[in-house]
Amino acid sequence: MAVNLFYFLVFPGLLFAATIGAFLSWFDRKISARVQFRKGPPLLQPFYDFFKLLLVKETILPKHGSPLIFLLAPVLSVFGATAAGVFILLPLFNITTGFRGDLLVIFYLLTIPSFSYIIGSLASGNPLAAVGGSREMKLILSYELTFLLFIAGIIMKCGQEFNLYNIIQTQQDGSPFIGSISGVLLFIVGIFCIQAKLALVPFDMAEAEAEITEGIFIEYSGAAYALIKLAKYIMLFILPAFLVALLMNGFKLEGINILWAVLKVLVVVLILTLIRNTNPRIKIKQAVNFFLIWMNLLAVIALILIAFGY
Amino acid sequence: MGFKNYCFKKSLWVFHFGGASCNNCDIEILDCLTPRHDLERFGILLVGSIRHADVLLVNGSINTRDKERLLEIYNQAPKPILVVAIGACGCTGGIFAEGITFAGPVDKIIPVNAYIPGCPPKPEAIIAGIVKLVNKS
Repeated sequence: MAVNLFYFLVFPGLLFAATIGAFLSWFDRKISARVQFRKGPPLLQPFYDFFKLLLVKETILPKHGSPLIFLLAPVLSVFGATAAGVFILLPLFNITTGFRGDLLVIFYLLTIPSFSYIIGSLASGNPLAAVGGSREMKLILSYELTFLLFIAGIIMKCGQEFNLYNIIQTQQDGSPFIGSISGVLLFIVGIFCIQAKLALVPFDMAEAEAEITEGIFIEYSGAAYALIKLAKYIMLFILPAFLVALLMNGFKLEGINILWAVLKVLVVVLILTLIRNTNPRIKIKQAVNFFLIWMNLLAVIALILIAFGY
Repeated sequence: MGFKNYCFKKSLWVFHFGGASCNNCDIEILDCLTPRHDLERFGILLVGSIRHADVLLVNGSINTRDKERLLEIYNQAPKPILVVAIGACGCTGGIFAEGITFAGPVDKIIPVNAYIPGCPPKPEAIIAGIVKLVNKS
């Protein structure tokens, strides 16, 4: 019991994932600044932001809305992100527990943060938040099928194996999945799905700063917004780690391999950041077209290639 | 208090309220966030919603219509909030001080923490004002 709580709250759960995620968030902001020829924020900036929101600022409840659900939604999002993080990171760090890393459980848990953002935004009673919530719903509808096809591709490639632990073992015994044509196609599909799940720039229409002023998060302030930031930090770590586990042969934790593990996550975050900095925000209709037609096509081609053994 | 105050000083998020402005101050404020001056290295970000803001920047002359909106914005802001009046119009009223629709400089409507005069103030002056504000609070 105590061990399970330790897994959930300290390592590799809430505390560890949030700390690494905060550093990755700094990395993302620093790279964005360097791309724009700026200097960028200091290393501890995400921690200052988080503690300022948590400890200093006042939390305001909207007058027309449901305060309980409004405050419950950030807690749920942190819970969902942490639960998904534990189930991804336990097999990745090779810690054996009763749970062996079922991909479908992880798939469902990864959608909880997005859903709780929608619930919170609709409970706030703000028209701009409602617009953001409806956009987020359409975005989920468009990328979720693609993400499922991506996971199905991995499962087929590994020989009908649903187990994250066994998928990592298969890659470490043989070669990483990204070394084949279908692996590269799946990597492209996965990167764009993660981009949409993290709501980074080409797909950030739900929290568009310029048009609907942060959209789904417009009414959040103080500690509630700090929890949303925390969930975002955790997601920024676990989704790249999930991609590394599925395609790039996971982490090996001895000697020089630790450096490789860090580099792999950093490279995935770097690709996400570069996509975010070189693209404009697209309309929701374009996003739906992009995922439902082009990314699904790519995923289906990858599935056919896997069936023929490439 | 020390740790809280330190975090607050290191991460000021700015909300920009433009009154009846001639847009010169707005352009200079945007200049502070561009690569040449880059206020993000001090943790300063421009946010879209007043709920996330720590600093309320007010520029332009405040006329009778702006007054209610400014008060509403100030009341909706999560406390503690710092108010900065930018430009001659925000600080004193400037050339509009005797106009019939003028509703008073910003400090007659809401409490102001820092004044940055100039028509318009240079980005360097705005940064100097922010530094003084951070050292004061």
